[in-house]
Amino acid sequence: MQTKVENNKAWFLVMPVFLIVAFSAIIPLMTVVNYSVQDIFDPYTRYFVGTEWFKQVMLDSRLHEALLRQFIYSFTILAIEVPLGICVALMMPTKGRGASLALILVAIPLLIPWNVVGTIWQIFGRADIGLFGAFMAEIGVDYNYASNTTDAWLTVILMDVWHWTPLVALLCYSGLRAIPEVYYQAARIDQASRWAVFRHIQLPKLTNVLIIGVLLRFMDSFMIYTEPFVLTGGGPGSSTTFLSQSLVQQAIGQFDIGPAAAFSLVYFLIILLVCWVFYTTIMNMQKDK
Amino acid sequence: MSLTLQNVSRVVDGETWINEVNLSLEPGSFNVLLGRTLSGKTTLMRLMAGLDRPSKGKILMNGVDVTGVPVRDRNISMVYQQFINYPNLTVYENIASPLRLAKMSDSEIDRRVRETAEMLRIDPFLDRLPLQLSGGQQQRTAMARALVKDSQIILFDEPLVNLDYKLREELRQELRALFKARNCIAVYATTEPNEALALGGNTAVLHEGRLLQMGPTSQVYHQPKDIITAEMFSEPPINVVPGHVSNDEVTFDDTVHFRLNNDLRSLSPGNYQFGVRASHIGLVPHSDDDLELPVRVDLAEISGSETFLHVHNPHFDLVLHLSGVHEYQVDQNIKVYFPTHKLYAFDAQGQMVHSPARMREQ
Repeated sequence: MQTKVENNKAWFLVMPVFLIVAFSAIIPLMTVVNYSVQDIFDPYTRYFVGTEWFKQVMLDSRLHEALLRQFIYSFTILAIEVPLGICVALMMPTKGRGASLALILVAIPLLIPWNVVGTIWQIFGRADIGLFGAFMAEIGVDYNYASNTTDAWLTVILMDVWHWTPLVALLCYSGLRAIPEVYYQAARIDQASRWAVFRHIQLPKLTNVLIIGVLLRFMDSFMIYTEPFVLTGGGPGSSTTFLSQSLVQQAIGQFDIGPAAAFSLVYFLIILLVCWVFYTTIMNMQKDK
Repeated sequence: MSLTLQNVSRVVDGETWINEVNLSLEPGSFNVLLGRTLSGKTTLMRLMAGLDRPSKGKILMNGVDVTGVPVRDRNISMVYQQFINYPNLTVYENIASPLRLAKMSDSEIDRRVRETAEMLRIDPFLDRLPLQLSGGQQQRTAMARALVKDSQIILFDEPLVNLDYKLREELRQELRALFKARNCIAVYATTEPNEALALGGNTAVLHEGRLLQMGPTSQVYHQPKDIITAEMFSEPPINVVPGHVSNDEVTFDDTVHFRLNNDLRSLSPGNYQFGVRASHIGLVPHSDDDLELPVRVDLAEISGSETFLHVHNPHFDLVLHLSGVHEYQVDQNIKVYFPTHKLYAFDAQGQMVHSPARMREQ
């Protein structure tokens, strides 16, 4: 029998990963933890305050409102983007030049940077120089995202749907392409309806990409910052101020580093929790089947 | 219910996939489509099903032209090489799905599903999802789905290819038994000659999109019309040796001679290709007119209780199919015995002009 050679070579192989994770995640996170338990006046004047900032954050009604808004926003865009994305994917051509063209057209919004998306919609929605705003004014709809809360919400949601539905569509499109042709053929022979094909062949085969799509869209939308910041600046009033904007206002606007750090940690935990709940629910649902 | 194909061709992008096929299938018949990969078996089935339209020719059902009728409006079923079931429906619901689409009553559906499941021995698994079953059970489910509705045509596209050997034999026998009682047309595509022989019924031999021969399976096997059919319908392929017939003897490649026996006397002098089945060449002479042939061993493939012995002499190669285990060294010199009364003869065009007497009687 061969004797095992023992050495510590494995450490060299693990080290790079460890270092990258340390610098990219652990150290920044620990810095934030460090801030969250101190009251900092300047780099030399700081006091340990324990859990005080956390208590303050948890009781802050402005943050409760922002959190509620955040949930409404995230679930609304999920409820629109997922079905819409599936529909777009189902309608995209699968063969020939049309297929490549459709892919490019659908992918275009994904290539535009967040702040540009905000700017585009800010101009697009203005009644004086924007096509959409002017059109609404023309047909007699009183539309103003800067002063009307409903309009502001509508615009923010429309903007996100425009920007991110393509992601869901592309994921579904790839999922649909992975279904062998014989399934459709078998369904035709069975005389199955279009709905039965979708419900019993396409949807089950799309489950996995949809889980990824929903998780990605949820996390992303829960952290949304740039687009509403550019479009409405969180207004009118604070009607489109989401969690990340409140955080930035607190950390950079007011320079309350301690409470802001505590807030970020709570924010982080909320995202983690929601994703975990979501993921386990879906996984259990699949197991039950 | 009969199915007739008249001069059916299918051309895709300038390539002929099916070439002028004429075929008539009787009700209650079991028909095997035998051909190598890419010979057009699946294409022909798709035409029969109505999934594709023929480029030329007509398809008749009971004498009625159905050429343009789409698959939805024909009463057919199909079983594939892959195990195709609805992944999120239970076995029960999978089998019931064609009946639900036919708007049958629940009690009737239940009766039929249970009956079919029992027939295919998947009744203990009715509540499971297809992916919780073994490959064989998944394919049984797919077959149950095809059998549960009273289709007039049931198409099997190499349904047993993805199963292991034992399961394949088992399912093949059951399948044959299942169809004995039915009055529908079964079409079964396969690449394996032995599978065709085991299934019996009729066999249609396809090659490069053409129908070479169609008839009762044993007849096609024993009386192949031409050399390609003979090669395709035996495993290992029939041995082909070029030879010359003169007034009183037969010569193989100018070196091997034997006296023209009664059996071959009907052949007029000239050049022929002689075919002899791998199982007919032996290591010991079986009768007086067996021809002794010195050969050299290339390879002895031993599979279980059979040996495939590949040998050559300076002019041609031969394969022997021997029962039992025979071990030989490569390049060993041995003698084999060629049954001169079991020869097929094919003319220059590859058409069969002579078959062994015993085979003719059958």
